[in-house]
Amino acid sequence: MSETQTKHDFEPKIVAYVCNWCTYLGADLAGTNRLEYPPNIRILRLPCTGRIDFNLIVKAYEMGADAVLVSGCHPGDCHYTSGNYHARRRWMLFRVLLEGIGFDMRRVHFTWISAAEAKKFQEVVIDITEQTRALGPYGDFRKLLEAPVC
Amino acid sequence: MLNDLRQTARQLLADKKVDVVIGYGQADPAGPAYPVFITRPEDTEQLVFNDRCYNNLTTFLTRKEIRAMGRAAVLVKGCDAKSVVVLAVESQIDRQSVVVIGMACNGVGQPSLAKCRTCDVHMPRHTDMVIGQAADHAIEAKDRYAELAEMMSKSASERLAYWGQELSRCVKCYACRQVCPMCYCERCVADKNQPQVIKTSATTMGNLAWQINRAFHLASRCVGCDECTRACPAGINLRLLNLMLAQATEEQFDYRPGMDKDAQPVLGCFSVKDKECFIK
Repeated sequence: MSETQTKHDFEPKIVAYVCNWCTYLGADLAGTNRLEYPPNIRILRLPCTGRIDFNLIVKAYEMGADAVLVSGCHPGDCHYTSGNYHARRRWMLFRVLLEGIGFDMRRVHFTWISAAEAKKFQEVVIDITEQTRALGPYGDFRKLLEAPVC
Repeated sequence: MLNDLRQTARQLLADKKVDVVIGYGQADPAGPAYPVFITRPEDTEQLVFNDRCYNNLTTFLTRKEIRAMGRAAVLVKGCDAKSVVVLAVESQIDRQSVVVIGMACNGVGQPSLAKCRTCDVHMPRHTDMVIGQAADHAIEAKDRYAELAEMMSKSASERLAYWGQELSRCVKCYACRQVCPMCYCERCVADKNQPQVIKTSATTMGNLAWQINRAFHLASRCVGCDECTRACPAGINLRLLNLMLAQATEEQFDYRPGMDKDAQPVLGCFSVKDKECFIK
């Protein structure tokens, strides 16, 4: 941690679902390169973006996440040839459902980050953390969580 | 029309072309019709067809108990006929071994259900026969989703609050799942507890997670028979969730489930040209 780091009132919790072959290695490279990024991100590694079940995204919010990042290999780079293409199509529709239900779409992020893009990983994490910090805690969703059982 | 139906059913059973006819029966003409399973030609007099025949009977085609009865003939309205197409595309039924009797339908319910007001399949398609006559008129896409447009004009927080309110009434009876012809998994993700994906208690959050799960597992597969909405004892308008995905599927992929029996299912394939403006 650099000494210039400022204290904030609110530290967002960000859950990142990343694929094993690209984004996870990108994050790994960011570490080896000593690229600094905020510690607000919790990385969860899955075999492929095609494995990232939409239920996991919902689950993250349920467990108190303020934002979710989903990231994998660039199109054409999938370790399993087409997992990311299938995932992309699924997200195209899933985003519509989230939006319709009234999720704050500024809190769901999708990116492609390859194993070589440590710099991009750093930028994305900084960007998302700052954005989410500006938005504040996800209050609308907390209200649902705390709603009494009828 | 009713005579044609009974005659057809009697013939199918008498000729041993099918072992069971899944149709509608009705004890009280003012009450709703219910599913009947006719196995003897002389019982076909029980069959009825009118505007109280709500059920989508195709949901029985994938049930073990019904499969055990042998070859089936099933009565379908225009909307239900679409679910036969999807079941066949997804290899859940052998289309050749099911006799699909289409019934021309002018809408069910008094007043008509929401789905019937924007129906463009009064004459069932992709069936083995159609009994009766009904006039079809084209419906514009924007009229099909008019109900949804009204809801989408609200802000995101208002929509989330609306669903929170609505789903707080859900008791997790899973009627929406049981009645759905497309929910045929032998083991539902909602019943798994290791790991538990969806909370089993009827908390608002657990209910929301369940409905998101249900709606999205039907993404680009839901034929819009609205049985979930009819079956819901809490009166939650689940139709709206299905409409969101139906509209997106139609807009983005020009696909309506069950309309074209040769079209590839949207989430079963992909295109390298899919739009990705939302991915950074």
